[in-house]
Amino acid sequence: MFLQQLVNGIALGSTYALIALGYTMVYGIIALINFAHGEIFMVGAFIGLLMVGVFKFNIFLAMACAMIFCMVLGVVIEFIAYRPLRKSSRLSAFISAIGVSIFLSSLALMVFGANAKGFPDQAFSSRQIHIGDADISTLQLLIIGVSAALMIGLEFIVQKTKIGKAMRATSEDYNTAALMGINVNFVISFTFALGSALAAAGGVLVGMLFNAVSFNMGLMAGLKAFAAAVLGGIGSIPGAMLGGLLLGVTEVFGVAIGYSSYRDAIAFAILVLVLLVRPTGLLGRKVLTKV
Amino acid sequence: MLHGLVNSIDPYFLQILVNIGIGIILALGLNIITGLTGQLSLGHAAFMSVGAFTGALLTLKTGAPFSLNLFLSGLFTAAVAALIGWPILRLTGDYLAICTLGFAEIVKVIFLNLEITNKALGLTVPAPRSTLPMPVIVLMVVILTIGASTFIQNSRFGRALKAIRDDEIAAESMGINIARYKVQSFAVSAFMAGVGGCLYAHFLGYINPSDFGFLKSIDMLSMIVLGGLGSIPGAVFGASILSAAPEFLRFMSQYRMLVYGALLVFLMVFRPNGLLGGVNITALVLRKLGVRPRGTARKKEERR
Repeated sequence: MFLQQLVNGIALGSTYALIALGYTMVYGIIALINFAHGEIFMVGAFIGLLMVGVFKFNIFLAMACAMIFCMVLGVVIEFIAYRPLRKSSRLSAFISAIGVSIFLSSLALMVFGANAKGFPDQAFSSRQIHIGDADISTLQLLIIGVSAALMIGLEFIVQKTKIGKAMRATSEDYNTAALMGINVNFVISFTFALGSALAAAGGVLVGMLFNAVSFNMGLMAGLKAFAAAVLGGIGSIPGAMLGGLLLGVTEVFGVAIGYSSYRDAIAFAILVLVLLVRPTGLLGRKVLTKV
Repeated sequence: MLHGLVNSIDPYFLQILVNIGIGIILALGLNIITGLTGQLSLGHAAFMSVGAFTGALLTLKTGAPFSLNLFLSGLFTAAVAALIGWPILRLTGDYLAICTLGFAEIVKVIFLNLEITNKALGLTVPAPRSTLPMPVIVLMVVILTIGASTFIQNSRFGRALKAIRDDEIAAESMGINIARYKVQSFAVSAFMAGVGGCLYAHFLGYINPSDFGFLKSIDMLSMIVLGGLGSIPGAVFGASILSAAPEFLRFMSQYRMLVYGALLVFLMVFRPNGLLGGVNITALVLRKLGVRPRGTARKKEERR
């Protein structure tokens, strides 16, 4: 029972973590709460569904298509809705992000309709594996595996490549990075592309996990992923991973011990409690304000 | 006489007007904590729902007159806000924003599970016990709220709040008790949200906890940012436009929300400080009347 719920929780949590990474990277670089990120996750799920359902692609290929599509989408959104607002107040950019989010979800409502759609059964033939008294589906293992691989890939890009170094520099100090000859506009576009790709992968995985893709799936998932990013300390990449897993696991355990009607409140209750003890999240750095 | 006057107006038009009025009250309430004090709240719908349910339950269970109900629901909401604000207002910036958001979600889920709020079925609210028709009450409250906001903004209290918004450290070193002022402005802000919620409940006649979700909080925030943050005419203007926009865009039927989203983006891109941001209405009117304005025009909003 414990092992079963733990695996369920980790599978859910790793999808939260994938979305949370996009929030935290964008926040780390331009201090923007990118509320359209949840909708990118939703678009990714739909693209994946389309590829599997209409073009009969293999699930991995479909996921790759969704990631590429959302990369472009993320970069375009940044260019249209956020770049002109980079020098103005942060709230303006925030409202602009909400505008994008409303736009994308109503577009999805018009194109795909109001009903939730499921992935066809042949998309991924899931089997049950018995470990002790736990039934673990191969789908859950796939989700955990893909998420882990993507996160390791991200960690590699951020820590070992030149563009990753540029990202870290820009997030450390935007102006100094620009003075050092880093093309910050490119770095920001790249960050949006990377975050959106992870969200798209998360969308396809969540769509398969719950076997439901709908136009409004982005809102709650986006809010919870944002909560995960803040829980871990916004701006911190390992923090987003930790926060996502923690929220997923607590949510699943909360439901398992009988608080299923409080499901959506559990994540936020944890968040509020943690912030009261550690005001900058679990792994967030304390920023000293200079006068 | 008032009833006759109200009845002579087209009911559909009247409904839009009342929606605008309630929007103005809510926007002005949020303006105090976010516009004046500079603390981003993403959970104001929660205060609206606390006020709405308190007002509805008072009308249902007690025989108190509506004006008393209105005041009591505002007061109760303010008390709730003070209770919550005391621990969470120590957080800064986006950590505070996400905390208010989380709190709003928690309130929504609690109301969805409480017996007294009729769980997910929601409450049917009877007509308010008052001799005045509803639109007149809303108009009166709007005028009172605008008056109170103007008074607060120019009072010692309001100047302290603006000092906190502009520079917390400087304000603190000037002897302003930041924690106390933040909680107070949170409570005042919630009072207005509670009153707005109570009016909303009685105007609609039916409330459901799910109505007061994240999108409602965002509606209010869009109003004040669109109008121009921290400006009372801006909040009134933004609330009027955004409350009426869904009705005016109705002819586009299914494209309505699509256009609304795009509109938000374009308005922000072309007027990043809001439609009336950086415009000093009083000075503008005085100049038109030929009076030289005192002092200089307000500087552009700094990047925060």
